[in-house]
Amino acid sequence: MINSSLKQLSTALAAKQVSSVELTQAYLDRIDALNPHINAYITLDPAKSLAQAQAADAKIAAGEAQPLTGIPLAQKDIFCANGWRTTCGSKMLETFIAPYDAHVISQFDAVGAVNLGKTNMDEFAMGSSNETSYFGGVKNPWDTTRVPGGSSGGSAAAVAARLCAAATGTDTGGSIRQPASLCGFTGLKPTYGLVSRFGMIAFASSLDQAGPMAKSAEDCAMMLNVMAGFDSRDSTSVQREKEDYTRGLAAMQADKPLQGLRIGLPKEYFADGLNAEVAKVIETAIAQYQALGAQIVEISLPNNNLSIPVYYVLAPAEASSNLSRYDGVRYGHRAADYTDLLDMYMKSRAEGFGAEVKRRILIGTYVLSAGYYDAYYLKAQQIRRLIAQDFTEAFKHCDVIMGPAAPSTAFKVGEKTNDPVAMYLEDLYTIAVNLAGLPGMSIPAGFVHTTEGKALPVGLQIIGNYFDEARMLNVGHAYQQVTDWHTRMPEGI
Amino acid sequence: MQWEVVIGLETHVQLQTKSKQFSGASTTYGAAPNTQACEVSIALPGVLPVLNKQAVDCAIKFGLAIDADIPPISVFSRKNYFYPDLPKGYQISQFELPVVGKGTVTILVPASKNTEAYEKVINITRAHLEEDAGKSVHGAVEGMSGIDLNRAGTPLLEIVTEPDMRSAAEAVAYAKKLHELVQWIGICDGNMQEGSFRCDVNVSVRPKGTEKFGTRREIKNLNSFKFMLQAIEYETQWQIETLEDGGTIQQATVLFNPDTGETRAMRSKEEANDYRYFPDPDLLPLAVTAADKARVMADMPMLPQALQAQFVRDYALSSYDANALTSSKAIADYFIATVQAGAEPKQAANWVMGAVSAKLNAEEKSILDSPLSATQLAALLKRISDGTISNNAAKQVFEAMWAGEGEVDAIIDAKGLKQVSDTGAIAAIIDGVLAANPAMVAEFKAGKEKAFNALVGQCMKASQGKANPAQVNELLKQKLSA
Amino acid sequence: MALNLDDIKRIAHLARIQVSEQEAQATLSKLSGIIGLIEQMQAVDTTGIVPMSHSQDVTQRLRDDVVTSDNQRERFQSIAPATQDGLYLVPKVIE
Repeated sequence: MINSSLKQLSTALAAKQVSSVELTQAYLDRIDALNPHINAYITLDPAKSLAQAQAADAKIAAGEAQPLTGIPLAQKDIFCANGWRTTCGSKMLETFIAPYDAHVISQFDAVGAVNLGKTNMDEFAMGSSNETSYFGGVKNPWDTTRVPGGSSGGSAAAVAARLCAAATGTDTGGSIRQPASLCGFTGLKPTYGLVSRFGMIAFASSLDQAGPMAKSAEDCAMMLNVMAGFDSRDSTSVQREKEDYTRGLAAMQADKPLQGLRIGLPKEYFADGLNAEVAKVIETAIAQYQALGAQIVEISLPNNNLSIPVYYVLAPAEASSNLSRYDGVRYGHRAADYTDLLDMYMKSRAEGFGAEVKRRILIGTYVLSAGYYDAYYLKAQQIRRLIAQDFTEAFKHCDVIMGPAAPSTAFKVGEKTNDPVAMYLEDLYTIAVNLAGLPGMSIPAGFVHTTEGKALPVGLQIIGNYFDEARMLNVGHAYQQVTDWHTRMPEGI
Repeated sequence: MQWEVVIGLETHVQLQTKSKQFSGASTTYGAAPNTQACEVSIALPGVLPVLNKQAVDCAIKFGLAIDADIPPISVFSRKNYFYPDLPKGYQISQFELPVVGKGTVTILVPASKNTEAYEKVINITRAHLEEDAGKSVHGAVEGMSGIDLNRAGTPLLEIVTEPDMRSAAEAVAYAKKLHELVQWIGICDGNMQEGSFRCDVNVSVRPKGTEKFGTRREIKNLNSFKFMLQAIEYETQWQIETLEDGGTIQQATVLFNPDTGETRAMRSKEEANDYRYFPDPDLLPLAVTAADKARVMADMPMLPQALQAQFVRDYALSSYDANALTSSKAIADYFIATVQAGAEPKQAANWVMGAVSAKLNAEEKSILDSPLSATQLAALLKRISDGTISNNAAKQVFEAMWAGEGEVDAIIDAKGLKQVSDTGAIAAIIDGVLAANPAMVAEFKAGKEKAFNALVGQCMKASQGKANPAQVNELLKQKLSA
Repeated sequence: MALNLDDIKRIAHLARIQVSEQEAQATLSKLSGIIGLIEQMQAVDTTGIVPMSHSQDVTQRLRDDVVTSDNQRERFQSIAPATQDGLYLVPKVIE
């Protein structure tokens, strides 16, 4: 059951082969057994989860079930959920019980999905290995000496270890796609504005986007059907007609379902910095796509290398401002001892934030400060436009862009914690997509075997044009019809 | 040395909206602390701003009223600083691209000991939308301040002038004019006690005749015109004395203490501010289209300058009278209503600016609370022009009506103030007076003009003041020359 | 533009984050590495390029002026560090 697709679970629930309470309990038991080794969840509340499951069963019995009714999902601890502790991976919010629901949470509540718990993450989503979490690092289920990627590392490990049926994540610079690659599952970052950011704790507002993390493209499509949609409470939420992202999936079973699809391969994605074994896996996957009828086009994203410097100006700048609200006045951590107001601010924030968050706040403060704004912030915004224009140009020649989601497989815990710049390079293939606001996904494409005999997953990244998620999901699904990488699960955790 | 003061104003105008600038919390004044502080007002993690359309319309309306540039796109920025009444740690404001650009306001500076009244054009640099901060409440708990965020997020329009004013009187005249204008066009209730209209005044001095501006100090949060005048005069004198004593002026934010009449630098703002403005990523650019402007324009009342011109043209009023009658919408409305109820315009103008204004001032009342309605005033004026009562008698009737003693005719009757205009009756009175005062008649006939006035006085006295003085004059002349 | 220890102290104060002398040194070396990374941008000629703040090339949607929230003080203040009589308490604010 735990390796079933969402569609299978939905069918089983509808057929009363299993109840939501049973299913939820099964996941809770599995979490009990495995979470201590993986640390995927920060907060569990079985009573709440089971109450939701009971309500879902009643809904199913009443014939009011929707596709995700009764299905146990993990929620990244960046989404405020009314009555749930919502920490964002930070000491600052260690005791923060959210008094309202994020849009994403209420969307899942509305269809009767079950919230299994809140998943671990890099503090305020700042990290690529989940090692900046105040609640401890998350272990990669494929090799627990390695990181799961970040920042949605808890959701990633939970999906990979089958500690939930599917999960939510957020992606500011690769935080869904990179862990999806490192943990071997399917993760989609939608077009900016497709999923409301209301109630999602802000890191870098112009880049943050929530998306599904699940076993397959089909599962992601079902999740996105619930998550996407206009929300008047988010000024950047896009007003467009609701789509059914599963609508084209059935057609992907033909012999050459991708006949005519033009896949752009950016030469910059296959240059220095890409691990040779990862490259081999990606090349094999591309060959598979050619067998499905797709045609390969070489393209160029000439400014891709600048995406990292640009991101590490813009994201910290926005973050430095977004995180100013954590001042110990209305909620969150307040230092125990202080002499005056200034001292209270200085100490509460010094104690409440971890090292990486502080570094980014300081960088952000610096690049916005008097005398540096033009040289850093404005310059970064100008190059951001060049980066976005590269994609516009590329999409004149292809329908989707493919390449690696991460430069290497999962690295060892502690390997990069002392070198922020090396950590930042993890996002080399994902950040430009956020800067442009485009949708991107990572699907499992194979494994690299370590000398210790471990198999480490590799993700293929698929980048689409604005609001082209349905096509991307079809492209992912077609591949998953002829491969089984997405059904593999780690053993012996 | 002769010094010249240079003054510029930044005015925070609270816009008349039901809900806040970026959230659906109420803006009603005076609620219990933090009962109007929604999740956006208190900046919970994950909340987002959504801009109030009504506030944007108010800004457009102001821009149109001062004939300003209203660019097609403006941008919201974050102004970053820490303060407990600023829940997000930044204020959403507009920096590089404000919603309203350059415009002008024409002020009327009243006459003073040394100068005649004069008009002056004040250039408006810009007006931008922003959100208000909360309030710090002191004294409730020893050593602590209490934070009330009901006001946090209230829509403000900040209106900034060029440093165009050269005296405290000009600054106050501008502030008053702006105060009337924002109420006139219905974007602000003008309530200064509740903080709906607050002025920050930038003051610097320089030797008269020089170009270069002196270092300015900013007087914060003046909430009455009287304090503004005092504060500027004190600050100007302080700066001049400091410079004459060989000192220098440090740029500073100062507060005015109404009890001492002095200004002093704020302690909390000592450090150099570095607000790290940048475009708010939560808010896309704001578009104002020609259609938006047309829609707002359709809702615009006739503006004071247009009404003034209309009064001069249609009612043959002097420019001075027309200006005074358009100093507020309520006064203009009252005047128009009086004329529409049948009063002669010039006479109505005299009474509105004279007796009515004097009474209102004495009783510190707004014309909206006048016990005498425009219709009642018109009825009173009608009794003067149709000769029923004399001007003198009218003043008594006015007092009685103001005191609520009844309608005009009833009061005239009750007080017996009706003028005698019956020629026969007046002639009889005159005959009696002439017969009783032969000496005066003889004096008049001997060429003493003064004796005529004495005889008129006697006639009026004999009629108990009710005789029509014009008729008395006329008939007396006839009889004496007969 | 090389960072120095004074810069670290200045921005830490602006950001209201206390850093000890020792932390400041460590922060300086890490931040210098990051600044080195972002300095790569200076090689690009961006003359005439319009800065991009948002990935969406659209303008802002506005909200009707309607009161949509009611008093939630009790719930919101149940998670506050210090309150009294409905006010959030902080060390005395000096003006």
